[in-house]
Amino acid sequence: MTVTHETIGKGEVLLAVDQVSLSFGGIKAITDVSFDIRKGEIRAIIGPNGAGKTSMLNVINGFYHPQQGKITFKGQTRSKMRPSVAASQGIARTFQNVALFKGMSTLDNIMSGRTLKMNSHFFWQCFRHGPAMAEEIRHREFVEDIIDFLEIQAIRKVPVGKLPYGLQKRVELGRALAMEPDLLLLDEPMAGMNLEEKEDMSRFIIDVNTQYGTTIALIEHDMGVVMDLSDRVVVLEYGRKLADGTPDEVKADQNVIDAYLGVAH
Amino acid sequence: MASHNQKSPIHRAAGKGRRLVASSAARADTCPKLLMRNAVLYGDLPALRHKYLGIWQTWTWADVAETVRAYAQGLHDLGLRHGDTIAIIGTNRPKLYWSMMAAQCLGAIPVPVYADSVAEEMVYVLEHAGVKMAAVQDQEQVDKIFSVADRLPALKAVLYDWGRGLRDYEDDRLHSIDSLIIGGRSHFQKDPRTVTALDDLIEQGKGSDVSVILYTSGTTGRSKGVMLSAERCIAAATDSVAFDRLDENDQVLAYLPLAWVGDHYMNYAQGLVAGFCMACPESADTVEQDLREIGPSFYFAPPRVFENLLTRVTIRMEDAGSFKRWLFKTFIGIAKTYGEDILNGKPVPLGGRLLYALGNLLVYAPLKNVLGFSRIRVGYTAGEAIGPELFSFYRSLGMNLKQLYGQTEAFLYVTVQPDGEIRADTVGPLAPNVEIRLSESGEVLFKSPGMFLGYFKDDERTAETLTDDGFIKTGDAGFFEPESGHLKIIDRAKDVGKLKSGALFPPKYVENKLKFFPNIKEAVLFGDGQDFATCFINIDLTAVGNWAERNNVSYASYQELAGHPEVYDMIADHVTGTNRSLAREPLMAGAQIKRFLILHKELDADDGELTRTQKVRRGFIAERYAPLIEALYNGTTLADITTEVTFEDGRKGSISARVKIGDCPVFAPDTGKAA
Repeated sequence: MTVTHETIGKGEVLLAVDQVSLSFGGIKAITDVSFDIRKGEIRAIIGPNGAGKTSMLNVINGFYHPQQGKITFKGQTRSKMRPSVAASQGIARTFQNVALFKGMSTLDNIMSGRTLKMNSHFFWQCFRHGPAMAEEIRHREFVEDIIDFLEIQAIRKVPVGKLPYGLQKRVELGRALAMEPDLLLLDEPMAGMNLEEKEDMSRFIIDVNTQYGTTIALIEHDMGVVMDLSDRVVVLEYGRKLADGTPDEVKADQNVIDAYLGVAH
Repeated sequence: MASHNQKSPIHRAAGKGRRLVASSAARADTCPKLLMRNAVLYGDLPALRHKYLGIWQTWTWADVAETVRAYAQGLHDLGLRHGDTIAIIGTNRPKLYWSMMAAQCLGAIPVPVYADSVAEEMVYVLEHAGVKMAAVQDQEQVDKIFSVADRLPALKAVLYDWGRGLRDYEDDRLHSIDSLIIGGRSHFQKDPRTVTALDDLIEQGKGSDVSVILYTSGTTGRSKGVMLSAERCIAAATDSVAFDRLDENDQVLAYLPLAWVGDHYMNYAQGLVAGFCMACPESADTVEQDLREIGPSFYFAPPRVFENLLTRVTIRMEDAGSFKRWLFKTFIGIAKTYGEDILNGKPVPLGGRLLYALGNLLVYAPLKNVLGFSRIRVGYTAGEAIGPELFSFYRSLGMNLKQLYGQTEAFLYVTVQPDGEIRADTVGPLAPNVEIRLSESGEVLFKSPGMFLGYFKDDERTAETLTDDGFIKTGDAGFFEPESGHLKIIDRAKDVGKLKSGALFPPKYVENKLKFFPNIKEAVLFGDGQDFATCFINIDLTAVGNWAERNNVSYASYQELAGHPEVYDMIADHVTGTNRSLAREPLMAGAQIKRFLILHKELDADDGELTRTQKVRRGFIAERYAPLIEALYNGTTLADITTEVTFEDGRKGSISARVKIGDCPVFAPDTGKAA
């Protein structure tokens, strides 16, 4: 996969969240949170239910607009960003509750992730002819690469509504990958999965990171998975940042143990 | 992503190469020589196909020959030499087939290994074969090998096909197959002398050399490495290719495990001899779709595959609308009446022919198309007994399905059914150039054109298997049916036992009868030296699960479904049916099942209960479930059992269960009335 902006080198800050606060009426979802995501890393956001993790992802991809604070993505600072702009800038995501087009096949769902990359005229697309056809073939090849990568050849033509949950999650990851994102946001990619499915998904996340060099920010509740996968972890509680550091640092942090991890038995 | 090398430009053998090829066509006594011959004879015809990125990629015989030569050079540069062994581990992929061919070019010996074996199992074969290199599919296999590498001192290199996840591996022994092929090509370019040197190496290959070592799946104890020589492989494949008139226009789908003799014979050896095209599935999960797309003309599958297909068709028909169900039922009935006779060329009334033609239009042809069986000219099943119902179902649809009997040691056919002499209950008359003799105890002994050279590094067991005059003992008890001259196999000779009453106890014979019920996936019979026969049952989760869904039976797990009272009733019916049918056969009537139980877990190869080819390991199961067997005979109705299970990633856990025991009526011989 080609990365469009090579100006930011590996290990440099790709996205910075600076003193962001978000409230809905009187409820403060996020209070004065700052952290950054460096290019090429796997960054985990953890915390108890209602800590503001998903809100944070929604802020990052422009779905929520924070009342205070700045977001800097690829060197450009903004406080408000529409999701479509975020998408065209190279931020892709998956959702906690799978949000696929249930009646469409796996292939078509992943193809839909390529929409932003399609340039041919609407007229030709309607007739699937001329330049549109040539373009579709190009994109199909890219999508087939993803299908091969995620090992979902067998369900290529199956409507996703018929698939088990674990596979739907994989298709959703595929659709996000189809955008060739610079930053991939994964909201509980392993929720509701059994051990084997979790292991597969972990493998895919690592492979996406190493092979495509994609920066990944993920929310996950399975601490074993989080500590194994991620390079750095940020911990939220009641909308505030509780800790930030490598898995080992976070695991040893007394605040985090008290608030979230508990004591090992 | 690993660069998949697609169609490479065709490089024709020229100059000396061409002469070499022409000369070897006359006396191609090794696989590489056959490959070079095919590159000349069938250069532009497809040799291999593989679906990649959703599209079937094709390599002609000329492409394959060129690539394999370059690969062989790459292996040579890496240090693979005549007589070395190289493990081949993975699913059916072109690069793994090339690995076998390339190794054989150098006189090295490929050792295909079952890819789903856990590392611990695999290491036995790798260690025993003393492999110098391993050509593997992907990261999973690389990890397995490296996890046991300290026990493989001879291992110098691991070659992989699919590079995903391997980017950060730093091990000098790891190479991609692509890099070897490219390396070989550039070596050829830099130094043209290597081209002729490789030609000489191929030419020096002798037919009497060991061509491949196939490890048996080991129904009893450790697996044995069956050494096969090139000339015998080719002689045997030449016979069977002629027998079924296979040629370069045929096509097969190679989906069976590489390590199984079925794949190595049916696809690899016959493909090289006949020059037909071998298609590799996109992935293990897409075999059914790929089968439909390829539409093979020659097809080989163990009965289990046919069983699963029929189960799926049956389930889907049950979910269909009432008109479709009626249509299916009516025309399958017509096919049952006339189909086999039409296929066997027997006289059939005109009305029957017309009805059958209509059925073909409406049901049989579309059904075969969905299953991918439209173009099958010759189909075989072997490995286990096939249910007569199942067998005639496929034949009545107009599919030329036949049976054969063979062994790895025979490579492969011992007996085979010619067109027009097809029976469900025999395995056919002698295959071409095979000699058979029955020992005094009724064991089948044979000599075949492809017979093995011996077990690798195991003279003792080789000697045990051979008779003084060079016949191979099959370990199967059988007899020839006097009127037809067909061989009938009863059971493994050592498994056939006697009940206390002295009545014959042929476990497999009865188990097969049970397994013909779609709801029963596996059965294990006990009774040798006991008063009566008992058995363990594994239900088929697909079939029984579908039944449960339609009958509002709720269940959370296999274990719960297996213990359900209604499922017990259903299985008791099946066992009673089996008893009734056994009662009709005077010889077998004693083996009726008095008590049975449904096991709380599926028998699994990972737990050592089945072989990798899914055959029951009777002795092991008896040991593991000893408390259950005891309960079957001491009259209790409930028994507790705790067993260790191995998960797919090799970790272990245990499950415990309380298993119910069911009773069944037995019938007096021949009368059909309850005793």
